[in-house]
Amino acid sequence: MTDNLTDLTIHVAHELLKAKKISSVELTKQYLARIKVVDAQVRAIVNVTEDFALQQAKKADEIIAAGKSVPLTGVPFLLKDNMSTKGIKTTCSSKMLENFIPPYDATVVEKLNSVGAVMVGKANMDEYAMGSSTENSAFFTTHNPWDLSRVPGGSSGGSAAGVAAGEAVFALGSDTGGSIRQPAGFCNVTGFKPTYGRVSRYGLVAFASSLDQIGPLTKDALDAALVMNVISGHDTADSTSATEPVPDYTKGLAKDLKGMKIGIPKEYFVEGMQPEVDAAIKAAIKQLEELGAKVDWGVSLPQTPHALAVYYIIAPSEASANLARYDGSKYGFSYLNTDNMWEGMEKTKQLGFGPEVKRRIMLGNYALSSGYYDAYYLKAQKVRTLIRREFDAAFEKYDALVTPTSPTVPFKIGERADNPVQMYLSDVCTLPINIAGIPGISIPAGFAQGLPIGMQIIGKPFAEDTLLKISYAYQQVTDWHKRRPAV
Amino acid sequence: MKLSREEVVHIAALARMGISDAEIEKAREQVSNILENFEVLKEIDTTNVPPTAQSIHLQNVLREDSPRESLPMEDVLANAPDREGDLFKLRPVLE
Repeated sequence: MTDNLTDLTIHVAHELLKAKKISSVELTKQYLARIKVVDAQVRAIVNVTEDFALQQAKKADEIIAAGKSVPLTGVPFLLKDNMSTKGIKTTCSSKMLENFIPPYDATVVEKLNSVGAVMVGKANMDEYAMGSSTENSAFFTTHNPWDLSRVPGGSSGGSAAGVAAGEAVFALGSDTGGSIRQPAGFCNVTGFKPTYGRVSRYGLVAFASSLDQIGPLTKDALDAALVMNVISGHDTADSTSATEPVPDYTKGLAKDLKGMKIGIPKEYFVEGMQPEVDAAIKAAIKQLEELGAKVDWGVSLPQTPHALAVYYIIAPSEASANLARYDGSKYGFSYLNTDNMWEGMEKTKQLGFGPEVKRRIMLGNYALSSGYYDAYYLKAQKVRTLIRREFDAAFEKYDALVTPTSPTVPFKIGERADNPVQMYLSDVCTLPINIAGIPGISIPAGFAQGLPIGMQIIGKPFAEDTLLKISYAYQQVTDWHKRRPAV
Repeated sequence: MKLSREEVVHIAALARMGISDAEIEKAREQVSNILENFEVLKEIDTTNVPPTAQSIHLQNVLREDSPRESLPMEDVLANAPDREGDLFKLRPVLE
């Protein structure tokens, strides 16, 4: 009964808690102990919230005793450190917010608290969610639990590595260009980016407001459905949140895919892709066929190669506007050692932001500046329309599209750190999905030299249920998602 | 097409962001490399294609303008780098 308690899914933890085989306080203590053992190596967590967790666990046990528990009640989770937690530091892994204590909770945090989920820590990330490896964290780099010399992906690398290493049952991340799916693929967990607007962004520190979306990182598709049931829905505090009704995401899960039409867009099998990744994804697609799906291997989305440029114009442009607020006046780091207002502002940004954030602020300002706006920003927005149209046309014929999550397995720490263009290429399969605002999920689909390979499934707007259904069916006949690293 | 020193200084100034000599040189290299990757867009025909600013086609989200409680003053000022009583203390804007 006591072994492997830090290897639980939400659905199994819920059964144990509901049957009173273990209390939430006991379970939480197990995870806190596990964090003490493994996080010295993995370094997934910026701030272990031990006292808060034990208080929450006590409350959860009261909810359970009152017979009012839901699947997330009493279950330990990690929160990416760009989501506001009232009274608890929210750093964005940046010097700028190193000591920032939010006066309010993000909507997702409020929702998780209200069902008695137990936050055990705030997860490391690339500074302001800008990066693909967590190497841009101003504090430390998270290590991939499958090979500590490699990156966990990013920017939600702490969330992904933490779940993979058994430091929490699930985590929340945010995804602007692949920041949930790419680390999920690198760490062998299930990572879900919902449709833009499906989950409220209120209290999420803004990176690129037309692309950002919060979603879960879990051990399987059923768990992803359970988290989505809690965090989804319209929020008056986020006027871009969607008003579409939220279904019960566990309802549509089934063991076969009969009648499902799946397309394979050839542009996602890019040049420079590792042959092992190519082979694993193709084998996984064959399994979807065996489950009853009708697969069209010959789909073409010719705008795909343009997504990288579109993304790296739009995201930094929006970021440069969002980050203009960090002027050292109301919160965050402030350079006070001057009487000159402009010098204070300039030094605050120069000393408070790390190299990648500064790079993106400069890119964004360049793309938006007089004389370049039409050639860069406006052009990118027009190509964005073409990318979206191409997806819309594909979804008239297919229920879902399947691609690799990333062209390679996790790379070595330091390997791409000084080459932004190389780093950006690790998100080449995930960026188009944010540009179009549609949902995407990454699920474990194999290994190469002991390193995880992720498969991405893409759907039409608000077809979260379709993606979960395909993932669930695949996970009934495979056990990649059950493999755990030896950390 | 490497950015000039002046161009880098200009875009940093637009952001009101200080920048060191070493950072300028690095930005000339790296930002220019990234900009080169944007050239592909020039070849795409976007005649009569409208721009997309956001993907869910929501328009004019309105709500009642009803009074509600705001955050307590102390909570709001708790993160202030500098304050005087119940005010944020800033440097003079006009000398």
